[in-house]
Amino acid sequence: MLREQDAKEVRERLKSMTSPVRLVHFTQELNLEYGREARQLLEDLSGLSDQLSLEVHNFLLEKEQAAGYGVDMVPATVVCNGKSKGIRFYGIPAGYEFASLLDAILMVSQGDSGLSPESREKLAAVTQPLHLQVFVTPT
Amino acid sequence: MRLAQSFALENALVQADCIEATEFPDLSSRYRVYAVPKTVINGAGSIEGSLPETFFLDEILKTLPAPEPGATPGATQP
Repeated sequence: MLREQDAKEVRERLKSMTSPVRLVHFTQELNLEYGREARQLLEDLSGLSDQLSLEVHNFLLEKEQAAGYGVDMVPATVVCNGKSKGIRFYGIPAGYEFASLLDAILMVSQGDSGLSPESREKLAAVTQPLHLQVFVTPT
Repeated sequence: MRLAQSFALENALVQADCIEATEFPDLSSRYRVYAVPKTVINGAGSIEGSLPETFFLDEILKTLPAPEPGATPGATQP
């Protein structure tokens, strides 16, 4: 799925990972239109760094796992490490979404949100669940 | 999406979903997504387009209900 030139660039970017990140992917065989392509892309991606691993679950058969990761549609990919599992991607991670996924992997790996001290303070004061759904298109 | 991700990394109560609008037409139509990026907040409020960090965060926080009377801002739940 990944072209050779793209793979080369991505491999370079992933070199700045400082701790392991796990991609937890939920797929369903019935979703042939998007499911297979998403999984293939993630398999290619996770092969580009030793710090990156991929875990694939069947959305229909592993309902409990899906609920544990807050996943309610497929294809879904959760960017996780020991501390964080709050970033999810729904759909084929291509185009804009692929760039965002890379950003998320690096951010989680480096453990730095890059936010200003003021923003960090405001976010620390949030004591209730906050669900942000960002709609994007590939271009 | 980058800012939403940053917010999620900063506080475990924040969940950031990046949704490919064309692959989920039902959801996109439910939230009236006609242009991207569009950020839907707790299934209710929304922000269209990209905003600088401070504005984006303030707009999001504005949609949250006010803390209960007597609650100390920033205090953690028991």
